[in-house]
Amino acid sequence: MYDFLFQTFAATAILAAIIMVTRKNPVSSVIFLVVVFFATSGMFLMLDAHYIAAINLILYGGAIMVLFLFVIMLLNLGHADWSDLRGPLGGMFGGAIAIGFLGVLVRSLVGNTPATPSATPAGEALRAAAAEQGVIGVVARPLFGEYFMVLQVTGVLLLASIVGTILLARRSRG
Amino acid sequence: MGEMQELTTFWFVTIAAVKVVAVFTVLMVVVAYMTLAERRVSAFIQDRLGPNRVGPFGLLQPIADGIKNIIKEETMPAQAIRPFFLLAPVLAILPATILFAVIPFGSPLPTPWGLVEMIVADVSIGFLYILAIGSIGVYGVAMGGWASGSKYSLLGGLRGSAQMISYEVALALSLVPLILLAGDVRAPEIVSMQQTFSAGPPTYASWFLFPLLVGSFFFFISGLAETNRLPFDLPEAEAELITGYHTEYSAMKFSMFMIGEFAHVITVAALVTVFFLGGWDIPFWTGDNIRVLSDGTVIGEPTWWKTVLTLAAFSVKTGLVVVLFVWIRWTLPRFRYDQLMDLGWKFMLEAVTVYILVIALVILAIEGLGIPRGGWYAFVLFVVNLGLAGVLLFALDKGTVIRGAARPATGPDAGPASAASSTSVGAVDSAATDDVEE
Repeated sequence: MYDFLFQTFAATAILAAIIMVTRKNPVSSVIFLVVVFFATSGMFLMLDAHYIAAINLILYGGAIMVLFLFVIMLLNLGHADWSDLRGPLGGMFGGAIAIGFLGVLVRSLVGNTPATPSATPAGEALRAAAAEQGVIGVVARPLFGEYFMVLQVTGVLLLASIVGTILLARRSRG
Repeated sequence: MGEMQELTTFWFVTIAAVKVVAVFTVLMVVVAYMTLAERRVSAFIQDRLGPNRVGPFGLLQPIADGIKNIIKEETMPAQAIRPFFLLAPVLAILPATILFAVIPFGSPLPTPWGLVEMIVADVSIGFLYILAIGSIGVYGVAMGGWASGSKYSLLGGLRGSAQMISYEVALALSLVPLILLAGDVRAPEIVSMQQTFSAGPPTYASWFLFPLLVGSFFFFISGLAETNRLPFDLPEAEAELITGYHTEYSAMKFSMFMIGEFAHVITVAALVTVFFLGGWDIPFWTGDNIRVLSDGTVIGEPTWWKTVLTLAAFSVKTGLVVVLFVWIRWTLPRFRYDQLMDLGWKFMLEAVTVYILVIALVILAIEGLGIPRGGWYAFVLFVVNLGLAGVLLFALDKGTVIRGAARPATGPDAGPASAASSTSVGAVDSAATDDVEE
């Protein structure tokens, strides 16, 4: 059952990803990217990583993708029907990059198949901790304890980038 | 107190299937009757009668509507993008119905095969599931608007997606104080925390409405916005956009959008009930309080009639919140779009963030004083919240939110809005003046 579920999610993710990059219509691409996020969330669930599964859906599936959809619809890009790859040279270049990435991926995976992740000692430890502190606690305690400083610095960085974006947007308006 | 008899896998699967079918069926029937309730209540508010011809008190009206919608012609606009046009109503209906899976609707029911919790799926991520599934609800609106190939629909879909993103932030943040208090994200645990027990870990013995009065207000407002109900129904503003994102839909596909909207309203009302009104708790009676701890220990004595009574209590509370939704719809006028965005980004977000800070500090102070979890704990928070509610109402009453979008420098009604800009939410005014024109 575990293998079957994993293969279903994995096949869905790969298939949706391929469809996503081959669509000419950006809205279709967004929708299939959402399907990819759902499939990856399913795999996170199988790894007992409930929190990451939920956050993946909330942030990527629910917020960022909706924002993409909003921008696409706002700029009315939905009906563009020309390809980004122009001419045979462009196609060959794109294909070469894709095959190169595929090669790297296959090379890193062949002969390196991990055991069922939740059956490893680390998985067992995580499961025990989750039973004791709840699935949120397992993430929240290190985040607001050990890594608190990092979290704060990340927050300041993000704030700076938001302020910077607003500044740029205002300046260009003149 | 006793041990819970574990369900065997066979009975777990069987009972889960029964629960899924039962909850879905009941939800659909309630949705059908909510359409009637909405029309009757709106008629009452407007001093009319409403639909009362089909059956006694018009009770068969939803069936008549259903038949009508099924036998009407399904139209397919020439400009529509077919697969997405067909998919959109499904995506509108799906999230609203599967959201109900994590809502506990009654006290645990003892059966010969073990104790059955009255919740379809007690997932460990609890309210994060609600946020995750709730956040994908916008795809139905956005896709329907875009795939229709109509400008009105596209505008409706655009508005819908922008609005949902804006208010989702406030919705999620307004639940943070709740999580601070409850210390758990699972809905059954949140319900238990609002009840009184003679044994087991300490609880607050008070509905979270009182210690989190302001938070529940924010949650309710965001919930209204998330369900696209008036005064937040800009995506389907009929005076401007015909009916917005579902303009091009007819017959059952249109009906599916409506079912989705009503199911969403009921789900949000159920969430308000679970989070702030004690869930299935019957007030002023501790006999119904049953708690299942994570190690399987059961506090309280579950019986079948308690399940029935608590289910009734849950239904009554949810029903009252639904009526409140309908009442608001037929009482308040619609926001202008810039006002809606200002309220979301320039008021709600800041106010909720400040509220989280205040509640966290008060909790720190209470625990520093050594007050144990319980009624007094909740009472102190209630007093703080009363103060905050006073401040909030004062700020709102200055007209800074509703009139905040009026441009004091250029607008015709500059007077009172600019005079009020010296209050705590005055930033709304000054920021709104140099806002981008839509």
